[in-house]
Amino acid sequence: MKHTISVLVENHAGVLSKISGLFSRRGFNIDSLAVGVTEDAGISRMTIVVDGDDYLVEQMEKQLNKLIDVIKVKTITPGQIIARELVLVKVSSTAAQRGEIMNIAEIMGASIIDISPTTLTLQFADTAEQVDLFEKLLRQYKIREVVRTGTVALEKGVDTIDQKVRKF
Amino acid sequence: MTGAQAIVKALEMEGVELVFGYPGAAICPVYDALRGSRVRHVLVRQEQNAGHAASGYARISGRPGVCIATSGPGATNLMTALAGAYMDSIPLVAITGQVATSLLGRDVFQEVDTTGAAEPFVKHSYLAARASDLPRILKEAFCIAATGRPGPVLIDVPVDVQEEELDFCYPDRVDIPGYRPTVKGHAGQIRRACQLLAESARPLICAGGGVLTAGAGEVLRAFAGEAGIPIVSTMMGIGAVAPSHPNYMGMIGSHGVRSANMALRRADLLLLVGARVGDRAIDRQSYEGGGVGIIHIDIDPAEIGKNVGTDVPIVGDAKTVLEQLQEAYAPVPAHRSWLMLMQQYRDRGEEPSAAGAGGIAPQRFFAGLWKLLPEDTILAADVGQNQIWAAAGYRGERGAFLTSGGLGVMGYSLPAAIGAKLAAPGRVVCATCGDGSFPMMMMELGTLMQEGLDIKLVLFQNGLLGMIRELQDRHFGGRHIAIDLSGGPDFVALAAAYGIPGLCVETQAEAEEGIRRMMETPGPFLLVCKVSPQEDSHGQAVL
Repeated sequence: MKHTISVLVENHAGVLSKISGLFSRRGFNIDSLAVGVTEDAGISRMTIVVDGDDYLVEQMEKQLNKLIDVIKVKTITPGQIIARELVLVKVSSTAAQRGEIMNIAEIMGASIIDISPTTLTLQFADTAEQVDLFEKLLRQYKIREVVRTGTVALEKGVDTIDQKVRKF
Repeated sequence: MTGAQAIVKALEMEGVELVFGYPGAAICPVYDALRGSRVRHVLVRQEQNAGHAASGYARISGRPGVCIATSGPGATNLMTALAGAYMDSIPLVAITGQVATSLLGRDVFQEVDTTGAAEPFVKHSYLAARASDLPRILKEAFCIAATGRPGPVLIDVPVDVQEEELDFCYPDRVDIPGYRPTVKGHAGQIRRACQLLAESARPLICAGGGVLTAGAGEVLRAFAGEAGIPIVSTMMGIGAVAPSHPNYMGMIGSHGVRSANMALRRADLLLLVGARVGDRAIDRQSYEGGGVGIIHIDIDPAEIGKNVGTDVPIVGDAKTVLEQLQEAYAPVPAHRSWLMLMQQYRDRGEEPSAAGAGGIAPQRFFAGLWKLLPEDTILAADVGQNQIWAAAGYRGERGAFLTSGGLGVMGYSLPAAIGAKLAAPGRVVCATCGDGSFPMMMMELGTLMQEGLDIKLVLFQNGLLGMIRELQDRHFGGRHIAIDLSGGPDFVALAAAYGIPGLCVETQAEAEEGIRRMMETPGPFLLVCKVSPQEDSHGQAVL
């Protein structure tokens, strides 16, 4: 089962390597990891998607919590999650195919962000499952390059990861 | 003030009296600042031993041990000691020199990524970017090393940062948002633990190293005594309960004693206190858990549920939680009969085998040794068969048993004994090792003599790597390889070269005489005990 874990960490050099090192040496296989600063420039937020049983997720949460640079760890329950992933896809496109591809983009709610005589580059943001579907639809054309950000997630409603730790 | 002076000033403000280290180019400014400081420096003969000595010092003094090394090979040599301290939860602050900031990442002379290399086995690490950060870093490092679950903290300081000027202002408190160790046990879990204990017919307490770290030995003994619950220990928990305590059944595990392992098998409830119960203590494959359950007290939440499933997790300081339990728990009279049953089983245990494989029987040797050692003796045991003999033969009523329990580092005993002796000059310190482990640390005889330390060394010589011989016998059809240590040296002559008197004994009678000579000789002494190569670590244990 997929689990989504949000982690607040101190935003300084070496933190990412401490966390990625923890995953490799404890044998945690992660599906994706996305990281960026929060509204507080001193704190970064990571969203980690991991496939595993409850034991693995519990161990992962506890081991993450042991790291001094980790401020807060929270696994978002499936019913409470709002999650998005962004993908950029560069597909080969002849002039004749362009219309078809633009049609797919329109149906899916993707946008064309670059065009060349032989390619189209599309941008699409949705849940990881929708992103998979989008990629699959484009596979009938020759996909030149794909880049995905990994899932980022928040909780529904008013809840936040932890109001108390925010410095603002 | 320079960064280097700030480091030394911070050590002074933390009350550090003693540091262990080895200089090199990239740490020279710190060494220069140590001149004239009230912090005394002990020069070891190899950096790994600076870490082990700091570990022994920390375990006896109860304060973080400090070790210093230079960049590159100095730092990599230190790694084993850091990993050992991490596994055994020993508070260390390690300060390493690093190449100048402008050269970082260019693979210059004596550069390694020290913080990167140490990352899996330090509690926390810092790469100091500027001198003005050093006071905060030192303050945090000492706090992190010593609180919660103790462990090693590494501070890597580029040489230009050591020379950079700063205005020194030492913080009086730390503010680390991600670090808030839990001390007090959750009241609801304490209640659940009491319920489970009451439901149990055969409860058992297993004491780990956390009992010693928390200073919880006394309350543990009192709790177990009042409740009438038998106690076993892990190897790291040896010394938490005096060997003569009526409730004590000995050490569990693959090298434990029969009475302890029997208690573990029969118990229907296990109360783990500060024990991570690694694979050598409880084999997860064969351990089915008590019928009633497992209560696990640990200050590190990540240890609970990691190796054995837990019914009642209690996160907190072992001493605080045991005091809470003691207050909340009403002893169950029926537990007494289970305790008595186990006591009878333990007391029926056979006598030490007279001379199993011929020559000196290690268990009889230890029995004789402890007759002459004061009861507060610090025994530093190395790794290998000698560790098992020393653990099984431990008789220090108020003593300390220092060994590399988790990592199992050969060559730990002498440097750890040096650290321990410097922490407690008034106590008898004895290090026991084998002819495999001794050559891994024998350079420290120089440190021992330079510091004028009275340490009694016992070396079991069987001419081979005994523990590996046992493994090759049991699992590799007796095919021996790479275990022969016939290259010498003459250990007594080697000790004499350092000015240390010694004696080699070959029979039990000679051993008794040798022990007496060793204890009567003022200052250090090396007693070499010839042991049969066939001598096993198993089947020796008696309690």
